[in-house]
Amino acid sequence: MTLKTITLTVNDMVETVDVPQNMTLLQMIREKLSLTGTKNGCAAGECGACTVLMNGEPVNSCMVLAAECEGANITTVEGLAKAGKLSKLQDTIIQAGGVQCGFCTPGMLISATALLKRNPNPTDTEVRSAIVGNLCRCTGYVRIVDAIKMAAK
Amino acid sequence: MANAKSKEQVINPIGASFTRNDVYEKVTGTAIYTDDFQFGNKLLYARAKRSPYPHALIKRIDTSKAEALPGVKVVVTGKDFPNRIGLYLQDKTIFATDRVRFIGEPVAAVAATSEEVAMKAIELIEVEYEELEAVFDAEFGASDKAPLIHPDLDKYICPNFIFPKAHTNIANHFKIRKGDVASAWEKCAYIVERSFKIPHIQHVPIETHVAVAQMDEKGKVTVWASSQSPFAQRNLIAHALHISQSDLRVIAPMVGGGFGSKAGVTMEAVPVALATKCKGWPIKFILTREEEFYTNFVRQGLTIHVKVGCDKEGNLLALKNMMYWDGGASTEYGTNVTRAGGYSSSGPYDIPNVETDSICVYTNHPIGGAYRGFGMSELHTGLDQAIDELAEKAGIDKVTFLKKNGVSEGDVLVTGMIMHKNGIQECIDNVAKSLKMGEKEKPSSPDRLRGKGIAIMWKAPAMPPNPGSSAWVEMSEDGNVTVGLGGQEIGQGTFTVMAQMAAAALGVPYEKVRIAGPVDTQYSPYEWQTVASRLTWSMGNAVVLAAKDARRQILETVAEAWKESTEDLDIINGVVVSYKSERETSLENIVIYGMPKENNEGWTGGPIVGRGSFMPKYVTNLDAETGQGPRAVVHYTVGCEGLDIEIDKNTGTIYVLKGAASFDVGKAINPALVKAQVEGGFAQGLSSAMFEEIKLVKGVMTNPSFVDYRIATAPDMDFPLDTPFVEVPQDDGPWGARGVGEHPMVPTIAALGNAIYDAIGIRLFNPPYSAEKIYLAMLDKGLVK
Repeated sequence: MTLKTITLTVNDMVETVDVPQNMTLLQMIREKLSLTGTKNGCAAGECGACTVLMNGEPVNSCMVLAAECEGANITTVEGLAKAGKLSKLQDTIIQAGGVQCGFCTPGMLISATALLKRNPNPTDTEVRSAIVGNLCRCTGYVRIVDAIKMAAK
Repeated sequence: MANAKSKEQVINPIGASFTRNDVYEKVTGTAIYTDDFQFGNKLLYARAKRSPYPHALIKRIDTSKAEALPGVKVVVTGKDFPNRIGLYLQDKTIFATDRVRFIGEPVAAVAATSEEVAMKAIELIEVEYEELEAVFDAEFGASDKAPLIHPDLDKYICPNFIFPKAHTNIANHFKIRKGDVASAWEKCAYIVERSFKIPHIQHVPIETHVAVAQMDEKGKVTVWASSQSPFAQRNLIAHALHISQSDLRVIAPMVGGGFGSKAGVTMEAVPVALATKCKGWPIKFILTREEEFYTNFVRQGLTIHVKVGCDKEGNLLALKNMMYWDGGASTEYGTNVTRAGGYSSSGPYDIPNVETDSICVYTNHPIGGAYRGFGMSELHTGLDQAIDELAEKAGIDKVTFLKKNGVSEGDVLVTGMIMHKNGIQECIDNVAKSLKMGEKEKPSSPDRLRGKGIAIMWKAPAMPPNPGSSAWVEMSEDGNVTVGLGGQEIGQGTFTVMAQMAAAALGVPYEKVRIAGPVDTQYSPYEWQTVASRLTWSMGNAVVLAAKDARRQILETVAEAWKESTEDLDIINGVVVSYKSERETSLENIVIYGMPKENNEGWTGGPIVGRGSFMPKYVTNLDAETGQGPRAVVHYTVGCEGLDIEIDKNTGTIYVLKGAASFDVGKAINPALVKAQVEGGFAQGLSSAMFEEIKLVKGVMTNPSFVDYRIATAPDMDFPLDTPFVEVPQDDGPWGARGVGEHPMVPTIAALGNAIYDAIGIRLFNPPYSAEKIYLAMLDKGLVK
């Protein structure tokens, strides 16, 4: 498999990585950069566990080829806290009790972060539709929605 | 003394909603799950060759081409691993040996230097099959016309409370014969007889199953697995491989959802088998989402025929249940699901005459295993809907009917066991009040019909009579406490609750307690399995005993040093105080170094290590013919759920206006975590009620993806959910606590079915209650045109 060398920004760090042509962004993040916070739940773009921000927009990183990420700006769950300080949403999801097994949490936090950036004051319905692609099997979404609304305030 | 630490305001850890002790790692992406461990360049990737047939003889397997492929390190087949294993009935081998029994059953596996090579190698394995007639229906499977799926059933090993029938497909036949059902029907003024078919569903943890195995040169095996049962896996896999349990080490980090699917042994044995032939190499096996749907445990299907009757006043008199469980190709775990369905077959109702046949049948379907509250959702789906109709037939308000017949202290249960104190009346009241049951309310538009439904439930921990728990408590120089335990944090919050219990029993603030993780069978104390909603109660008891043991050691040390009696000493807020002399000392240092005795007499104490062990000893076996015995189970948790819904006449779509759920948890150690469990369980129950079904056509699952197998999303849960809990203490629970992890999804299908009936007047017998089914039913009855 031919390798392609790409340079991109991940969590504010410039990274240069050799990637096989068929490697996904998810695989690159987990295997090449050892950022294992981003999770693989289906590898088919259906569960949202692998959601990252790509140039500010949430994407399923299992559906993006790493080779296409030249120059991209990527934020993963590891990039949400700045200098050891949790983001407001990370804080509210703790306070609201919106985490159980935690496997959907990274993707959920990324989708909700993107929502609050484009819509700082979302309605309940807007919150729910922003995370419709992030499946959670533990919480019934109750406290996750609470957390996003708390962060919006 | 004035500013003594012992006098600082301290929160009682019991009943406090502390935030979870695993949450910082989980929100920052630093929590470690199995697939996050780094194994370096030596890591090999495993894939399984799976059966394309539901039932066939294996005539020939040729692995030579796969073995010759560059990058392939090892190929294994069933011939090397003939030992049968199973949690209850030992009917399963790691790989199929002479025959395959379901589509997806592993027949061989490879380990290679990359996923791609492993997948190519799988394609190169040649297997020749001779197809056999298959069984796709449990009732047919139980008949003498069905082909045998396990002809050697009579030779399989099982405990003495499982009753397989030799030379049939019946892996367990559990019977209840209580009272005299036949003559009781004559005394019934009203009788309802109904049949329901509950489909197979999937647990759908967002993290699929994953395990890594490595054998060292001396033959010791280490397994890293996403697991609810590291100790059961150690025992069963060691047995399968003919190695000693102590030569098999299971390390179980955070689990991305289990719901029963990661209990017992399933795919974890595959990489271990490979590792035994490839010493020194770590081998990772991770299920694809498609494999997750049908190659591992599923919730088995149930066909239930229920007949129930009451007298003119609405007192339940008789119940007859005929349950056929579609156990699938192996019933190693499913036999106990059937048993649980049998010994709890009356539901939480006081019924003097009960006859139950709960029959576990081999079929050529995916393997049925433990699924959150196993047997109970399925059973209650039939029973609670039949009883809903019976109440209506008797002309009695449904809430009144449930309260009249709900099980209470002193009742002789379906197995002859005497019921303990419980809060079912309060649970029913809570739900009835929350939803204004009995009050007919208007729909929000003329295009919609409105209805309310209510259902009650019970569930006992379903397990062998004697599953053990153990714990230790150690301390460090700073006075912080570490609790060792073997139960797993699978999202339910057990590590947090155990820390709360240890803090309270020891006398230190909650923040001072850590849990020793990940659970590792080499260091962690034994725990049977993280199943059955048993940890808060069973592991909780062990942790409390360990903390009390540590506390005793500390007090004895201080008493000797101060020449006082331990009875005058206490530990408050992490400080030892004497009520007699008013002296105090913090725990720092003394828990490691002990204390100097006065007058230069030397030292006392030493490193503190407390131990605790708990095992229920009072559960008895039941008579094979009648299902009667003194004590079938440790205890029951009871509860009630209800739904207020609207149905769109044009589409059949259900809109939930409000949900309510109330369970008797004995004592809520952490109320926020209890509520979170109830919310999540309610959502999972509702998802199973509205959407979920493994669609099986001649043994093929036709919908193995999230597109075709839909689970509830955030917009589906857009309604207020009221979750008041009840606290009637459990006599042998820590602070009276009993489990509630599984219970919230048990009555949900029935509650929804009853609400649909209230809205449209039609009873639906085949969940899931999809919009399509509801619309077609309304069309059929002329409700819509």
